[in-house]
Amino acid sequence: MTTTTATAAAARAAVKPKLSIREKYAILTRDLGWETTYQPMDRVFPHDKFEGIVIHDWDGWEDPFRLTMDAYWKFQSEKERKLYAIIDAFQQNNGQLNVSDARYVNALKLFLTGVSPLEYAAHRGFAMTGRSLRGVGARVACQMQSIDELRHCQTQIHTISHYNKFFNGFSDWRHLHDRLWYLSVPKSYFEDAMTAGPFEFITAISFSFEYVLTNLLFMPFMSGAAYNGDMATVTFGFSAQSDESRHMTLGLEVVKFMLEQDPANLPIIQKWIDKWFWRGYRLLTLVAMMMDYMCPKRVMSWKEAWEIYFEQNGGALFTDLARYGIRMPKYHEQAAKEKDHLSHIAWSIFYNFNHAAAIHTWVPEPNEMDWLAQKYPDSFDEHYRPRFDYWKQQQEAGKRWTNPGLPMLCQICQIPMAFTEPDDPTQICYREAEHNGDHYHFCSDGCRDIFVDEPEKYVQAWLPVHQIFQGNCGGATLPEVLDWYHLNPEDRGDYADSPDRANWQRWTGHE
Amino acid sequence: MPVIALAPGYTGEVRDRVENFGGNQLVYFGWDQHRLFCSPFTLPLPPDMPFSALVDNVIVPLLGAHPEGAVIDWTSVQWLRGNTPFTPDAQASLIDNGLGHKSLLRLRTPELRGIAGSCN
Repeated sequence: MTTTTATAAAARAAVKPKLSIREKYAILTRDLGWETTYQPMDRVFPHDKFEGIVIHDWDGWEDPFRLTMDAYWKFQSEKERKLYAIIDAFQQNNGQLNVSDARYVNALKLFLTGVSPLEYAAHRGFAMTGRSLRGVGARVACQMQSIDELRHCQTQIHTISHYNKFFNGFSDWRHLHDRLWYLSVPKSYFEDAMTAGPFEFITAISFSFEYVLTNLLFMPFMSGAAYNGDMATVTFGFSAQSDESRHMTLGLEVVKFMLEQDPANLPIIQKWIDKWFWRGYRLLTLVAMMMDYMCPKRVMSWKEAWEIYFEQNGGALFTDLARYGIRMPKYHEQAAKEKDHLSHIAWSIFYNFNHAAAIHTWVPEPNEMDWLAQKYPDSFDEHYRPRFDYWKQQQEAGKRWTNPGLPMLCQICQIPMAFTEPDDPTQICYREAEHNGDHYHFCSDGCRDIFVDEPEKYVQAWLPVHQIFQGNCGGATLPEVLDWYHLNPEDRGDYADSPDRANWQRWTGHE
Repeated sequence: MPVIALAPGYTGEVRDRVENFGGNQLVYFGWDQHRLFCSPFTLPLPPDMPFSALVDNVIVPLLGAHPEGAVIDWTSVQWLRGNTPFTPDAQASLIDNGLGHKSLLRLRTPELRGIAGSCN
């Protein structure tokens, strides 16, 4: 006892009473790593060379936040206390009744069933990546991001838990994520990243998603939540924002670090940026639809968001990266052409297959169609309004229209092949490749290129429609498959006929 | 390009081999410029099914969900295998028509322009 106290006192005396942030950062990062002697470093860290990335000096890694673990716990616990107090207040005051309309909750359903499991996957992914990198600074940054992602997942589960008491479609979100056809889109996206090497993972998630594209998920969606009275989601957004800015910085720093280490890294990184821009952009198809169709009070159109957050901000970023030899991601021009069409294409997929989805869909109200026509003067009235008019007419005749078959999926993004030719919005875009005598089909040149680069990986894709026809999804009939998904009748179908709508009218007195 | 992998010579299991479909094969079918159907269909079909049976028993009922489905003049339609126009032999099997596993069949009806002429 005495000895311990004496040792502690000696340790205190030996250390200066107050370390500068820089000194503390050095002690709590660099001092935690060492050159191994019992085993060669290449055996301790077997995963950080096979991708071809060459690192000469791991100390070149600089964390601009110089965040150490002790400071991390302090900041985060303060933030969490405030966040959970607000979530509690939201629950006690029946905050869910203040949202603009129960239709809005469907955007939340998609976000929470699609994204929350990705937060957990990111927690695992960054833990794996941190373990794989021999540079201690990068390892500590990955550790913190790993914990951030776990916290975000937990917070979102609290939100699911609350909304699940009042609305359908949330009840078995973990199960749905592994089985439901459209949730294979976010799931396969993340599994693609996690089964790559650590440098590709961090380029995919930290740079291409968190840095280049995440504003398109976060900014409009959080503003959308605020406009639509969803204070639980807004509060989460504010709380996560400081973590997100750290994640974005990690993404940019890691890419610059790799580029500065060796000229051989440039073509590898450019290829990853091309691939993960396209994969992330395809994933954002779901966000486009949330913005234009699922928020009853609209913030901005997908097209406007794309112009601000990708074309302007992303353009500036790539201008800045040009000094490293990095150019704009391949096929960004196709994304620009699709901005007039993306959300309308996506909503049509869910309207077509609403009998097998855990969200409700609807034909937009007349004033909403006018908003869409105003925001999309070059496409909406010509290409999309006529089918809504038809669907509306069918519904009023008591024949709500649904697709009678199962869709063809893209081998890479796993979204139904609904995207149109970049220069012809009237025609589905077909792309094809052959590998070892088998045919593979793609929605776009971007997805095709990804396959052709690594066919051995993507021939393994678990495509939900093919799995149904192989007999791996509970049976050959639709009711059997829906049962296997754990999709209840009240979770799916048109909003007009949903218990969600009936409950909402009962609670709010609106007709 | 080969996959970049930790293990040299890495290959993955081809998950959609024709043997996995219980005697059927997959054929994708799309109706050009009719986007009311959001995407083409995936159809599990016997490889020896005659082309005429595919049209009469599978395609016609599916397209019945479209207001123009019932007015298609099947004697004047155009077909594509992938991106290439071809003339199917109605009595021959899918395989003999060159429609193997995971092949793409496209229908064109130039005189039908979709709902209100909008290609929907």
